[in-house]
Amino acid sequence: MSYRIDQRGDSISFPETHALLESAGASGEGLFLIGKDAGAAWREQSAEAASLRFVAIELGMECLGVHIGDDDGPANVVGFARFRLGDDAPTQLVELVKKPFTDPAAVQAARQALEASGLVVAVCQDFPGRILNRLLRPYYNAALRRLDDGLASEADMDKTLCLGLGYPEGPISLLKRTGLHHHYEATQALYEALGQEPYAPARRAQVAWARRGQGER
Amino acid sequence: MNDIKTVGVVGSGTMGTGIAIVVARAGFKVVVLDTRADALENARKQAAAFLRKSVERGRLEPGQDEAIMANWSSTTERADLAQCDLVIEAVFEDLKVKHDLFSSLHEICPPHTIFASNTSTISITEIAGGSGRDDRVVGMHFCLPAQLMKLVEMSPGMNTSDETFQKAWAFCEAMGQKPVKTRDTPGFILNYFLIPWHNDVINMVDQGVAEPADIDIAVKTALGYPLGPLELLDMVGMDTQKLLSDAMVGLTNEPRAACPPLVKRMIGAGKLGRKSGEGFHSYDSNKIFGA
Repeated sequence: MSYRIDQRGDSISFPETHALLESAGASGEGLFLIGKDAGAAWREQSAEAASLRFVAIELGMECLGVHIGDDDGPANVVGFARFRLGDDAPTQLVELVKKPFTDPAAVQAARQALEASGLVVAVCQDFPGRILNRLLRPYYNAALRRLDDGLASEADMDKTLCLGLGYPEGPISLLKRTGLHHHYEATQALYEALGQEPYAPARRAQVAWARRGQGER
Repeated sequence: MNDIKTVGVVGSGTMGTGIAIVVARAGFKVVVLDTRADALENARKQAAAFLRKSVERGRLEPGQDEAIMANWSSTTERADLAQCDLVIEAVFEDLKVKHDLFSSLHEICPPHTIFASNTSTISITEIAGGSGRDDRVVGMHFCLPAQLMKLVEMSPGMNTSDETFQKAWAFCEAMGQKPVKTRDTPGFILNYFLIPWHNDVINMVDQGVAEPADIDIAVKTALGYPLGPLELLDMVGMDTQKLLSDAMVGLTNEPRAACPPLVKRMIGAGKLGRKSGEGFHSYDSNKIFGA
């Protein structure tokens, strides 16, 4: 699967070089638009991109619909984001976002290109938080709230979840290591999008956000 | 000091079978009680297959599997638990069922016998209150799959004696498990988080956010979890998830703990998980996890 890449600004998914970037050509059957201004790049090229097998727009916290509309849009456009938690490096997991009107062939073509560079793809519909942020943020907020409630110490809570479920790292340790203020940012965005209380940032995340830049994690 | 020699395990479902394997593997005599003889036979076969696999994988010496199974006996009669020093119940999450069990065992077992509950959600103090010996009741919550997971959440009830708790703790360590002391609060630590997390995942499937296989691969790849949440739910079983959710939401009023409508539909359709051959994924055997 040949493709080209158009990068506009810093990319959360690809902050450093990667096989996906290195394998790109000057032209190709597909197009990856990456960087924080990927949406703007799409608007500039939407007419000429109509003939491509796929166009993949890098997403931040926003939905794909922000760029291509919710009810009707180009069938060859997908969204994607490589999952990463705060200051951690991006994982190998790419959430590949489709709309109800997306052509399955476009999804398959984008998947092939991503997998060929060693990434793992999970396909999802265009919902706020996609798969992982949608699932994780209420869980992280609950862990932070229960810490305030005195359910258990940080160490015991993390130990229980690691031993009981085989998690490589407990939620409190993970949030502190990757930056609690990043959790605030993500969960606040989802709280605004979904309006559901479990996404409301826990007190400790609010404190971390207020104290960001002061060496707080 | 540990003077526990013979252990009763009540319930031969997924949890009970796993716990019985842990007990027998540690060299204790185990008596598994269930009301259904066919369930007992199935549990025995699953345990034997799991231990055989452990030998094949080099985790047990050849012949050790048979020696372990020699510690295993099954019964449908409560009276056969009369010689047990400890009884661990792994029956349905229903306070009345647990009271009925322990109050009858109170008449059968000697005074020194400790009653332990593998409850995930119900208060140990409440269970102990209907046992006839509330100073000798302790929470001992194993994790799925019990035969592989080391954690045991140990919770004293309000009237549990220090001696009881210490004996149960020592027994847990003697089995090679890793106990963590938790407060007697709904869901303790693990299920307080796990039940709502699972319900969130189920609701995501119902909302059409992603297919179960995609959710599982996302969680395993991005977070390094050994099992995807829907794979784990298939092990738990939809019927059990409903019972856990109903118990949890009744105790906490936590909206995320409310049983999702999809669980009820799956139960109605007979898609209970691994035990029925189909849940969020399909299975071609009912072998216990790891076998």
